[in-house]
Amino acid sequence: MDQAAAKSISMGANGLEALISVLEADGYDVWGARERDGALVLGPIASIDDLPRGRIEQAEGGSVRLVEGPRDAFFDHTLPMQSAKRLVYPAEERLFVTGEDLLIEETPVETRPIAVIGVRPCDLAAMETLTTVFESGPFRDTRFRQRREALLLIAVNCMRPASTCFCASMNTGPRAEAGFDLALDELLEDGRHLFVVSAGSARGQEILDRLDGEAASKEDLQAARDGSRACAEAQTRRMAEGAEQLLKRSYDHPHWAEVAERCLSCTNCTMVCPTCFCGTVEDRSSLDGSEAERWRRWDSCFTLDFSYLHGGSVRKETASRYRQWITHKLAHWHDQFGSSGCVGCGRCIGWCPVGIDLTAEVAALAANDSSSGQQGEERR
Amino acid sequence: MKPKLAVWKFSSCDGCQLTLLDCEDELLDIAEAVDIAYFLEATRTQREGPYDISLVEGSISTAHEMERIREIRRDSRLLITIGACATAGGIQALRNTQDHDSLRASVYPSPQFIDALATSTPIADHVPVDYELRGCPIDKHQLIEAITALLKGRKPTLPDYSQCAECKLAGTACVMVTKGIPCLGPVTQGGCGNLCPSIGRGCYGCFGPKEGANTEALAAELAALGAGQRTIRDLFGGFTAGAPAFAEERKRHDG
Repeated sequence: MDQAAAKSISMGANGLEALISVLEADGYDVWGARERDGALVLGPIASIDDLPRGRIEQAEGGSVRLVEGPRDAFFDHTLPMQSAKRLVYPAEERLFVTGEDLLIEETPVETRPIAVIGVRPCDLAAMETLTTVFESGPFRDTRFRQRREALLLIAVNCMRPASTCFCASMNTGPRAEAGFDLALDELLEDGRHLFVVSAGSARGQEILDRLDGEAASKEDLQAARDGSRACAEAQTRRMAEGAEQLLKRSYDHPHWAEVAERCLSCTNCTMVCPTCFCGTVEDRSSLDGSEAERWRRWDSCFTLDFSYLHGGSVRKETASRYRQWITHKLAHWHDQFGSSGCVGCGRCIGWCPVGIDLTAEVAALAANDSSSGQQGEERR
Repeated sequence: MKPKLAVWKFSSCDGCQLTLLDCEDELLDIAEAVDIAYFLEATRTQREGPYDISLVEGSISTAHEMERIREIRRDSRLLITIGACATAGGIQALRNTQDHDSLRASVYPSPQFIDALATSTPIADHVPVDYELRGCPIDKHQLIEAITALLKGRKPTLPDYSQCAECKLAGTACVMVTKGIPCLGPVTQGGCGNLCPSIGRGCYGCFGPKEGANTEALAAELAALGAGQRTIRDLFGGFTAGAPAFAEERKRHDG
């Protein structure tokens, strides 16, 4: 605790602008959640004026609306539509070019340093998850590593949940324990507006040392922790315990057909998920055939092409695609990567055009869990 | 010898053929790569078949067209349909659910001179089609990709994902989720280049239904957002009204 206290400072709200200046002086492009076309999207910010100050999301299944919040806080909103995944794993990128000589010229990764302000604890957890995905096992994605190295993550601990949030039940938030360079707690009460800034890495500490502030008081540190606890308690959604085993024994559950009646197989949930990592590669060639390029782009298990093998697609029905997605995310991810693939950010709920809610689907499976755990064992 | 390319027009507005001329930067390369043997919109030269690639625009709307498409199919090694008319019957397929005689009389002062079929149907209803390019009009990048791939004997990369995937790949915020704007994106095949949602409009489905389009669930959501029966009916009754998935959904809201 004392050590943590030594790392934390308190600075006035205008210190945020100073932080941006320090980052820019260090050569970072500074990114954050910005309001664009009625949504929060991650993009470059020039000053604190670009931040959606005072704005919050009213999120429900199938609806994410930005409205005026009750306070003049910078970070009472929660999440941009898509996470910083785009910055380490672009939606589309060229991998290499080749010509008639078939010599492969790899396309270099553009690694301009980017500092992202306002990364939420769930998205930090997602970045750790992606790191495991791309870097564990015998094959490591060097493109991911290069981009990740160029990224400075400045977390903001959440003081207010959206109604789609359920990080508390996934143990990924609402307070960041690790995985950040700097973490901010925004305190706004009794006429005071300040940030408690904590370092989580050597790089973060070096930046913190150049900020104007004083050692954070015990009271401020306590207020920050209390804010996180209140935020956790205010969450209305939660993931049922035992989802992994439940899904593993629900392969033939009649509920999949019911979900398929609502599911549009539109791919939105996978496209906003901060941990969905599936991609496909496509070759493109020039008209005269003298040059060819290989591209990688995000793919989704909700498309027919995704499961195409010689002779046809394995998952023709929407029911099997939804089952695949949620079972991989919540169950088989544990076997593959040692954790759940879900961080509880709730994006898949809000950005699903018809508001399908994975916490509710898991609850529905549990409520009608025809095969008990023992029967599940027998089936194996 | 260069492969012979032909471009054919049936009941349509010419916009999809124009996309070929609209290729601008790539047009000279295309003309270099293929022998343009028949393309009335670009040249009066008309050379006889057989053709290696035929691009077919427009729907089948008259008895004469029914005959002509069979001849073209016989003369073509590969036949690619281009655009909403050729792939779904076009906006003119709205007549498929109306009484043809009274419709004809309401439009033309001398309806007895109009010799048209009661329906407007896609090319694939009449002859086998090798590939189809969707859209009203088609996307020029898809057209170039199709020509390029087929010249090299590889399968063209034409996505089967929804318009939503295109929005999210591009980082476009969902107009339905953020503003409640009715949008056919979730049930529409992507490939247009994210045109409408990127300027804040709902997708009106000109690329037609994606595979397994769950139009019923989308229509229920549109109704929940406040869209009336008529709005929903008209949304599914656009440029690809004749595509079976959209035609069926439209029917459910007609009346």
